[in-house]
Amino acid sequence: MTAPSRGRDQQFEPVYHYYGPHRVGLPPLVPYFRELWHRRGFAAEMSKATMRGANTTTFFGQAWLILNPLLLAGVYYLLVTIIRGRHEPSLFLHLTLGLFAFNLVGTSINTGATSVTNSGRLLINIAFPRLLMPLAAVRTAFYRFLPTVPVYFFFHIIFAPREWHPRMILSLYFLGTLILFSMGLAAFFATLQVYFRDTSNFLPYFVRIWMYLSPVLWLPEMILHLPQWIHTLIKINPLYSMLGGYAELLQEGKIPPLYMWITSLAWGVGVAAIGFLFFISREREFAVRLN
Amino acid sequence: MSSLSDSIETVPALAVRVEDLSITYRTTFERKPTLRQAIVRFGRGKRAIKEVEALRNVSFEVYAGTAMGIIGANGAGKSTLMRAIAGILPPTSGSVEVWGKASTLLALGVGFNKNLSGRENIILGGLASGLSRAEVEERAAEVAEWTELGDFIDMPMHTYSSGMSARLGFSVAVNMKPDILMIDEALSTGDAHFREKANAKMAELRDSARAMFLVSHGLNSIKEMCTEAIWLDHGTLMMRGDPEEVADAYIKFAKVKKEGSAVEDM
Repeated sequence: MTAPSRGRDQQFEPVYHYYGPHRVGLPPLVPYFRELWHRRGFAAEMSKATMRGANTTTFFGQAWLILNPLLLAGVYYLLVTIIRGRHEPSLFLHLTLGLFAFNLVGTSINTGATSVTNSGRLLINIAFPRLLMPLAAVRTAFYRFLPTVPVYFFFHIIFAPREWHPRMILSLYFLGTLILFSMGLAAFFATLQVYFRDTSNFLPYFVRIWMYLSPVLWLPEMILHLPQWIHTLIKINPLYSMLGGYAELLQEGKIPPLYMWITSLAWGVGVAAIGFLFFISREREFAVRLN
Repeated sequence: MSSLSDSIETVPALAVRVEDLSITYRTTFERKPTLRQAIVRFGRGKRAIKEVEALRNVSFEVYAGTAMGIIGANGAGKSTLMRAIAGILPPTSGSVEVWGKASTLLALGVGFNKNLSGRENIILGGLASGLSRAEVEERAAEVAEWTELGDFIDMPMHTYSSGMSARLGFSVAVNMKPDILMIDEALSTGDAHFREKANAKMAELRDSARAMFLVSHGLNSIKEMCTEAIWLDHGTLMMRGDPEEVADAYIKFAKVKKEGSAVEDM
């Protein structure tokens, strides 16, 4: 291969691109992520535009973002109260907190899955790091999650007015791992959706079951009587550490055990790495598959 | 390009080099592949993968200042070639080298998100093609005005006619100051007034952009606008040279294949 003659090209300061066949399926990762970072504004705009399209920036759109999880929390709380036969404010707090955080993951998965297949012409006509699409979906999910934070604090003030602690700030660590985890899952399911367009039909059921297996509707101390193998199973669930740690810190200001810190970070980083790499290794085929 | 360029150098700089490029892709028969169908197919022991050889061993070089016309029948690989140069489709073998930023290929049909307004699509298109926020905002107003869509620019794109969305696509591709401009079938849509405006803009860009690619079935516009042309047929490069000659050869070839069809729209 002849080397590009640099001397005469420098006057244009050209952006030089070389497109060759990729051997192992992955493009060079450092330039890829540099480019991704460079175009992050696109993901932000994409997500803003989606929210504008869904009227989330209007008053009632915003109100719905609060009303919807609130109604859900109400419904689930009613259910749990009926089953248990008594009212427990701390459980209500836990339920709202867990549900709002879980919705962040659930929405990321559901909207992330269709982010690539719904992008239409954009993907066929413009070259850009495709990973921006699922990441934009996670951003949207995060911005839909934000209005629920003050709602939780409102309940916190009512039901646990004395439980305030500087340690609550540490819950951001678990929120961070949740977001990282969501990004990985969004990328993973977006890829799957390209190959199997009915993935997004199965996902809501999968997400629902996952929610029941996570400490959202129940507290860890409520399952102590269950057999050991169920405990093991439940602790393997990445959301057990993430949601558990998040709730413990925010609700009670308790420092979660060390293993929770480690497993949630490991799950977050691990799933993000796997999801991203799977996505990136496949993304050059998307343009062909979406025709 | 500029008078300041080193005077010793007489060879013009390269803009695009395509070397022995082949693109083969695997695609499915199904319009919407689903897991359900995959399982059903697996049970029957069938696979729905089809290999498409879109380009076969294509090589050519484009020097700065060239306006390259691409001629060929439907399915000849013209759009695939454009997408390979834009970096959207990776080569199966061979390589593509591009010196400069390639434009978007929005002109190829409608805009990308129909629920968003024309203006939002302009901004998204600009950001996706790598411009900064400030640059995009500066240009969005310019582009919006240039399209002459009036109030439609702030309406969702599903209210647009096909001509209007083609106009918008063309404007985005053209106004984001690309080094390598690629226009795909843009001139076949749009009314007489816009065609004229588009032609004028392309003439202007032919001088300022490093290189221009024009894919068109309108052979006359290729003859008018381009300084060179290539002719693709079933993924192979048939001919490269002067637009007049290439167009004539292509017409001859098409006529031999199918007697007595309209010559202009091929």
